[in-house]
Amino acid sequence: MRTVAVVGASLAGLSAVRSLRKRGYDGRLVVVGDELHRPYDRPPLSKEFLAGTVGEAELALETDDEDLRAEWLLGVRATGLDHAARTLRLSGGREVQADGVVIATGAAARTLPGSEGLAGVHTLRTLDDARALRDELSRGGRLVVIGGGFIGAEVASTAYALGLDVTVVEAAPTPLAGALGETMGAIVSALHTDHGVRLECGVGVKGLSGEARVDAVLLEDGRGIPADIVVVGVGARPNVEWLEASGIALDNGVKCGADGRTSLAGVVAVGDCANWYDPRAGFHRRVEHWTGARERPDAAIAALLAGGAVEPGVPRPPYFWSDQYGVKIQFAGHAAGADSVTIEAGAADDRDVLAVYRRAGDPVAVLGMNQPRLFTRWRKQLAATAS
Amino acid sequence: MMIPACRLEDLPQGEAHRLNIDPPVSVFHTDDGELFAIDDTCTHQDASLADGWLEGCEVECPLHASKFDLRTGAVDAPPAKLPVRTHEVVVEDGMIYVRLSTDAPNLPPCISARLAGGPA
Repeated sequence: MRTVAVVGASLAGLSAVRSLRKRGYDGRLVVVGDELHRPYDRPPLSKEFLAGTVGEAELALETDDEDLRAEWLLGVRATGLDHAARTLRLSGGREVQADGVVIATGAAARTLPGSEGLAGVHTLRTLDDARALRDELSRGGRLVVIGGGFIGAEVASTAYALGLDVTVVEAAPTPLAGALGETMGAIVSALHTDHGVRLECGVGVKGLSGEARVDAVLLEDGRGIPADIVVVGVGARPNVEWLEASGIALDNGVKCGADGRTSLAGVVAVGDCANWYDPRAGFHRRVEHWTGARERPDAAIAALLAGGAVEPGVPRPPYFWSDQYGVKIQFAGHAAGADSVTIEAGAADDRDVLAVYRRAGDPVAVLGMNQPRLFTRWRKQLAATAS
Repeated sequence: MMIPACRLEDLPQGEAHRLNIDPPVSVFHTDDGELFAIDDTCTHQDASLADGWLEGCEVECPLHASKFDLRTGAVDAPPAKLPVRTHEVVVEDGMIYVRLSTDAPNLPPCISARLAGGPA
């Protein structure tokens, strides 16, 4: 392989680049990133960066002495892939010939239809998003967060600490139920009300009101919640439109195997845009977790360099963390398949728990709130028993 | 400076013992029976590596995904970017001692600020 192009310059793309060099790939390496920034870390964008305690320099993912011998094409968007010609098409009409391609184009924040052009309305995905939101939050006022998922909850927590008046609106009856199940979703999302942040559940958003600037969030039950700032945290969709004419198999992102191999030879997919086959679960899943973007590219690069001649290992159970209202929340595994959840340590009322999810008696997931030591033990056990 | 940690018989393989000094240091007893001492705090964020995932000669931070090499203190990947200090371990008469490194520690920003007397 003489040239590898990595499309996407965030954590998954950088992890792929590092893995290529670590595994001895010595050829030309081109990294395409649609943002102008070098790879940076996103988890602090909803927390420390938004709060102003972490600056932009600290977000950098590369170390000072790191030389990956890559050509960085930043501020450039991939527009197409011609597999037969082994050509990657880029915005501005440029093309890159590559015999290996790593797709790491991530996902984009979903927006609220009709909110375009209304000042004070934000999504949070990129550094530029976070800069804009941070500037607005610093002026204070009433914040309404639409969506009670992890991003929404972290923004609410950060804004609360900054002294804003915060309301979270969640369409589902229980926030986080999709990720954590009803019982634990209710316990974790109670952190909002513990701190005087209003939580409106089971009610959809009809739209926003305001002339040039948002002034309220309109609910489907007819109420309006006054707002100076609105954050829309309603999930993300994979950035794969540019691949539609490429012939690659797409299905909720780029469909790929456990090792990231796609339907096209010499093309692998990693990170948030990859809908990979999970051998533990027995089906494809797209997992938007930092840890997956960090760990899974290595398997994909191994497969790419070996031309598929290596057996993919079984990845560790998906893991993510969140920090809300000073509580460290950690989760590993899959809650969806569980038939029971029990609190093994701590107490729900104290928001300090270690909960184990089981299916037919076997642990399938574990949740910790301020329980890092016990959580690590259970996470290890989960990896050992589920493999 | 030699600091007594704990008795060797009280630290099973696969476990860590944290010394509550400032900054804290932890002694790890690997599954292969080796002993190592490193700074206990992840260089990325305030987390105790003694609570982390010990595998071979590496410990993974209990919060995020960075792994530190117990032999060298080196970190493998983000979010942490700086190594932890390593300290010499001495066992005498069944007692584990740590000889503290004189290097400056790499502490996460929140801890450095606290030690410097600034805001936490």
